[in-house]
Amino acid sequence: MIEVQNLYFGYGEASCLFADFSFTVEKGEAWTVIGPSGCGKTTLLYLIAGLNKPTGGEIRINSEKITRPRPSTGLVLQDHGLLPWATVLDNTRLGLKIRKFYGPDGKHSPADMQMDEKKNKERIDYWLNWLGIGRLQNMYPAQLSRGQRQRAAIARTLVLEPDLLLMDEPFSALDAPIREELQKVMFQFHQQSKMTSLIVTHDIEEAVVLGEKILVLDNCCNRFPKIVPNDLSGAVGKRSDPDFIMKCSQIRELLAVCANSPPLKEH
Amino acid sequence: MKKKATFLSTLSGTIMFFGLWQLAALAVNRPILPSPVVVVPLFLNNMTAELGLHFLASFTRVLAAIFVATVFAAPLGLALGQMPRIDSIASPLIAIIYPIPKIIFLPVIYVVIGISDFSKVMLIAIIIFFQILVVVRDEASNLKKELILSVKSLGAGRRALFRYVYLPASLPGVLTALRVSVGTAVAVLFIAEQSLTTWGLGYYIVIETYQVLMYPEMYTGIMGMGLLGMLLYFAIYAIELKVSKHMYVE
Repeated sequence: MIEVQNLYFGYGEASCLFADFSFTVEKGEAWTVIGPSGCGKTTLLYLIAGLNKPTGGEIRINSEKITRPRPSTGLVLQDHGLLPWATVLDNTRLGLKIRKFYGPDGKHSPADMQMDEKKNKERIDYWLNWLGIGRLQNMYPAQLSRGQRQRAAIARTLVLEPDLLLMDEPFSALDAPIREELQKVMFQFHQQSKMTSLIVTHDIEEAVVLGEKILVLDNCCNRFPKIVPNDLSGAVGKRSDPDFIMKCSQIRELLAVCANSPPLKEH
Repeated sequence: MKKKATFLSTLSGTIMFFGLWQLAALAVNRPILPSPVVVVPLFLNNMTAELGLHFLASFTRVLAAIFVATVFAAPLGLALGQMPRIDSIASPLIAIIYPIPKIIFLPVIYVVIGISDFSKVMLIAIIIFFQILVVVRDEASNLKKELILSVKSLGAGRRALFRYVYLPASLPGVLTALRVSVGTAVAVLFIAEQSLTTWGLGYYIVIETYQVLMYPEMYTGIMGMGLLGMLLYFAIYAIELKVSKHMYVE
């Protein structure tokens, strides 16, 4: 699904975030990306989303090289990015409106897109209700709680029926109970939809709860992907189980090794 | 959240205004301050005659100025707000020109553009131009990077960004700038119309009535100009309420 091949990227000459960095995400997998701030995890997400361009190497999604945002990739950011002047309903509709604006050109919208107003409306209702904000359709973002805004942003993305979901610290601005609630919602979503997803987080527990595979990045130039397989994803209610705590400390150790030594070669 | 002006608050304001005017007229008791009881019927009567034409002349000039200013300032403001590098070059200049009262350029404009309606319109347009320019530029540069990115990720290119983000984001700013500057615009119009024209409320108030001591008629002109400012203010306000609903929610 996603092939990152010999990726090079840095901001400016001296900086290096990725060098000859490669990994592959298979279709249907749920990944989390974790690392300290400044490690390039958001950059990696933007690169995959086509919002940043690699300085070297390439990223392919379904064997197609990414040079600009891809219509079937859904992106949810930490700051919900809702239009403040539009209601929840209008915000959820925004992606569909943009697609209608361009028509099925394959660049801004999928080339095989079909515009069926009735189906679109049903899909909007479905996702708003599924995310529990069906009754807030006519409210403006300023009238919602943070959690509700993030739900609206997720609905806006899912309405477009993406085949790949990218999320950049989607829940880090939320209070703990709401964050855990939304983690549960997103895990259920993945179980039902089997959609390929990549969620960036700085929270170790979140990485374990949401990721079937966990990619650990560090502050030195990332060359070798540190990938931790994880069978504990979805263990929302088991945060105090010994397994869960062990997994978390395994990740914590991986996060700490950075500057001292190059990671063991898997290549 | 802003506070809405209601019909009731406007009505009570109007009643108080005329009440105070009447009291002042009784207290002063001189020809220079006639009672509204005399002026209002005269005003209604004259509005269907020559005063109406003066009103129309002034109204047209302000509308034309608003149009010209918006057409030039809004796109320029958007462009500056989106291009920080050019903005950093232009903004010191704008900051210097912005607070200068543009009315002082009246003679210059008359000489350069010529004595015509066009030059009067241009003078007002320049005033409104800077108000809109600054507001739209700031609105456009204040848009969060994340907002733009997430709309881009929904498939928006330059055109869709303009249509769905920049345009709706700057419209409330344009309207607020217009509403705030419309008072200044009418004031400048009043001065500009005092010379080199025979139509307009400024001409009517100063030349046709004040200088020949026709005080009640002069007051009908003043009422006309007041009404002009008020009508424009509330018309823009009404559009604002429609466009910027999200700013007025509880």
